[in-house]
Amino acid sequence: MRGNHVVAEAAIRAGCRFYFGYPITPQNETPEYMAAALSKLKDGVFIQAESELAAINMVIGGSMAGVRVMTSSSSPGISLKQEGISYLAALELPAVIVNMCRGGPGLGNIAPAQSDYFQATRGGGHGDYRNIVLAPSSCQELAELTMEAFDLADIYRIPVIILADGMLGQMMEPVEFPDHKNPKKLSPKDWALTGAKGRPGRVIRSLILDPVLEEEHNWKLMRKYERIQKKEVRYETFLLGDAKMAVVAFGTAARIAKGAVQKVREQGLKVGLLRPISLWPFPEKVLVELGKRVKLFFVFEMNMGQMVEDVRIALGRDGDIHFYGRPGGVVPTPLEISRIISSHYLRKRL
Amino acid sequence: MLINTIFSGFGGQGVLSMGYIFAYAAMSDGRNVTYLPSYGAEVRGGTANCTIVISDEEIASPVASSPEFVVVMNNPSLLRFQNVVQSGGIIFLNATMIDARPIRGDIELFEIPANDIAKELGNERVMNMVMLGFFIKKTGLVSREAVEKTLEDTFSPRGKTMVTLNKKAFMEGHNYD
Repeated sequence: MRGNHVVAEAAIRAGCRFYFGYPITPQNETPEYMAAALSKLKDGVFIQAESELAAINMVIGGSMAGVRVMTSSSSPGISLKQEGISYLAALELPAVIVNMCRGGPGLGNIAPAQSDYFQATRGGGHGDYRNIVLAPSSCQELAELTMEAFDLADIYRIPVIILADGMLGQMMEPVEFPDHKNPKKLSPKDWALTGAKGRPGRVIRSLILDPVLEEEHNWKLMRKYERIQKKEVRYETFLLGDAKMAVVAFGTAARIAKGAVQKVREQGLKVGLLRPISLWPFPEKVLVELGKRVKLFFVFEMNMGQMVEDVRIALGRDGDIHFYGRPGGVVPTPLEISRIISSHYLRKRL
Repeated sequence: MLINTIFSGFGGQGVLSMGYIFAYAAMSDGRNVTYLPSYGAEVRGGTANCTIVISDEEIASPVASSPEFVVVMNNPSLLRFQNVVQSGGIIFLNATMIDARPIRGDIELFEIPANDIAKELGNERVMNMVMLGFFIKKTGLVSREAVEKTLEDTFSPRGKTMVTLNKKAFMEGHNYD
């Protein structure tokens, strides 16, 4: 099944009933699938909006109504949605936003890239806020994380970003969809605007003119983010047990890096892989622990060096961290990465 | 076992569907498989290729460094991919469309006039299935039955004639020597 279709099917299985979007390559198969599938459901709503701005504001509306809602786009389109994402964060509204990242900046191209890491993990729009950011690396994980994204969005009342790229959106792999059950800790949406008949009206707004109250609102958000940082860190480790060198990569780059690690293992080099799955919250503590026994780190990204900054923050100035990036939509081969890994490894005489 | 294959040609030569049917058949045979298409902004024309990785174990990278097999349907594809094939690997070449031949001595070459055979069947567009049949016969990577089943699943929404024609083209390639 194609990655873009997997996202759509997983969303519907997780209870998503509203989809609003605006076309952009390389994610068009998601709205295509959603249009067909949601039109068959009694409570399904699909709208191809007149613009990305309209789409994200429809997401705000849908979420306010208490329905599971999703939008998807690719880099330039996600930039246009940032104002709305900031509002979602301020209003504490759950929503799932999929970014099938492409080469940038500007219109760039339609090839796979990871250059939206900063935008996704730092909030992206204005104001002090964070999104949960999940980075799948296979079609199977795309299915699982999309379902999980809806649960996390509802549990924490927060926008959740699925940060993938054109390659994952376009490629096909066999997928088994897990049964989706709403988690037990999910509380009823007693804040949603569902019509005030027989009960007092509810208000959802982000305009808080009194600085003292706005500060308190920021503190409230911050406490929520701290809870998420404690509880929702996700990562995968591969052959790190005896490793003397650790490769850090996420998403598609991690797939390529895994192939590269397998290649250098065949040459007897003790190299492992750490793959952050949640990019925010970033698996900082794991890196700190790893840094106590592994002395050489190599970060590979399909951008000019974004996640590497989080690795540097985790390991501090003393960390021996090397970076290699291929921006602009270029996808390197495992062989290319394996050569760079072994040259660092051998130079260090590990 | 881990086998990387690249299918390449003009957009419209059915390169992506060739790869898709191969990948789908491999999945039906119980293999792990990844299908990675190159995608351009154009709907027709331009060059298209896809990488299919099949393995008995979990597949790390869907991107192939040096594929064991490359299927080339036109001249530009041969130029682009002949140096990528692993030493000892095989190039499958569409002899109708390609005048040049690979200059490397460390790889094997299998050729078939895919367009000519398809033309004889009455529809040049099934050249991709002719090539696929040839490729499957020579590599034995998936069973013939799995491919035939896949062709039925894929083409039956478009009518019985499409199924029969594609199956026939596949068998022509399969029996070519």
